[in-house]
Amino acid sequence: MPARGKPTPVPTPETRPYFDAAARGELKIQRCLDCGRPFFYPRPCCPFCASAALEWITASGRATLYSYTINHRPAPGFEQDAPYAIAVVQLEEGPRMMANIVGIDNTPDNLVLDMDLQVTFEQRGDVTIPQFTPAGTEAAR
Amino acid sequence: MSGPTARPANGGDVVIAGAAETDAVGVLPEHSTLRLHVEGARNAVADAGLRMSDIDGIASVSAPGPIQVAHALGIRPRWIDGTGVGGTSFLLHVRHAVAAIRAGHASTILVTHGESGKSRVGAAYGMLPPSSPNAQFEAPYGVLGPPTMFTIPLLRYMKEFGLTPEQLAYVPVAQRKWAARNPRARYREPITVEDVLNSRMISYPLHLLECCLVTDGGGALVITSAERARDLPQPPVHILGTGETFESPLISQMEDFTTSAAFRRSSAEAFAEAGISHGDVDHLMIYDAFAHVPIYGLEDMGFVGRGEAGAFIAEGNTEPGGRLPLNTNGGGLSYTHTGMYGMFLIQESVRQLRGQAAAQVPGVEVSVALGNGGMFMAAGTLVLSNRTA
Repeated sequence: MPARGKPTPVPTPETRPYFDAAARGELKIQRCLDCGRPFFYPRPCCPFCASAALEWITASGRATLYSYTINHRPAPGFEQDAPYAIAVVQLEEGPRMMANIVGIDNTPDNLVLDMDLQVTFEQRGDVTIPQFTPAGTEAAR
Repeated sequence: MSGPTARPANGGDVVIAGAAETDAVGVLPEHSTLRLHVEGARNAVADAGLRMSDIDGIASVSAPGPIQVAHALGIRPRWIDGTGVGGTSFLLHVRHAVAAIRAGHASTILVTHGESGKSRVGAAYGMLPPSSPNAQFEAPYGVLGPPTMFTIPLLRYMKEFGLTPEQLAYVPVAQRKWAARNPRARYREPITVEDVLNSRMISYPLHLLECCLVTDGGGALVITSAERARDLPQPPVHILGTGETFESPLISQMEDFTTSAAFRRSSAEAFAEAGISHGDVDHLMIYDAFAHVPIYGLEDMGFVGRGEAGAFIAEGNTEPGGRLPLNTNGGGLSYTHTGMYGMFLIQESVRQLRGQAAAQVPGVEVSVALGNGGMFMAAGTLVLSNRTA
């Protein structure tokens, strides 16, 4: 692990399928087989009805920019990126998740709320994490 | 106000009989975290006209936590509460203490806070385990403390309701007017909206002067029955209503970024228990780690409609001479902010209700305090009064 590099998630058994999918270039989220609702983050039971009958679905990767902040005091490992946006994106399926917005200068003018985004992936140590980029850009493979 | 079913007023049978802060707040490099707890506790017990041996219940947040604090003070409690849900924990302790005293589990409870937030002497490091949801799903994106998380909902609020950067910048301007009247406040010089907008960007859209201080300090409360307090020297502060709840441990999972469900639920419960309406409130304290939090608080408690709080503050309603005095110690933005600021909300409410505040508001009979824990994670609300109903 690189000294003071960007944090690398440590998966647990219930989050492992999410990170395994990310390594294959897929964004997977869970859906409840009883109430039918999708949710994020991965966990052992449905937050809406407490059912443990869950399935993994592949999200479309399409999302919109729900909100963000542009951080001027970088976290360890992010020194080269500052100022950088820490965003929350709304997936087409409904759930929201945190992400960085890559492939575009992180300025208030560039980052317009509700803009269309597309998932992309970043290798972080031995783990792959989803990131988002403006739809239609080069990084949106 | 929607929310829990109204219950009969509790009659204010449990009171805050002692309240005090550390001798000083600010930069205290000679004070360990434990010493801050102990100093606040000794001051509060003295303020109540009691001896430490009268205390039979203890509440505090780890670390050092209730065990360490009680041991240092020589207390042998028969009731312990270590609820730790961030900066609002002390409001929850007060709520739990009311129940404990009614149940007879304790008669005289001490609630302590001490935090070496600035000097970090004997301070706890609140690192989440690397396998926690926060560490897996937020930390990889470069979050670093409250300024990088508490701020994320704000742009969505600004877009939905048209809150302007100038209105947001007025929040610290209004609070500085209160701080100017408080000799203990860290910053007392008047500031303008321009000063705020010209201060360094910390986490867009928030500038330095829209972020709270980072200080050392502490304080404590003594809670007992109204009956017991009759023989004690300070005017009793009756606990008329209380509420507590949480919303989400991850800021990204907050349900609606324009409103805090925790603020709404906790406050509705406290107002219903107290049987009061908003017009009854003479004085208000809202946790202000950042400038937007009082805006959410005013709306989520129901003092103004959705999207109205920015204009309400900018029109002068919450500053000296305004109709709803808010954060009259200067708040976390100008007075002090140790990290878990909630104790200082309660201290100022008590001072105002006793008529002992530095920036005293005339005729305060009902004061409400809204505490925040984490980043819109948890909330606690207290309705306090110098009368019983």
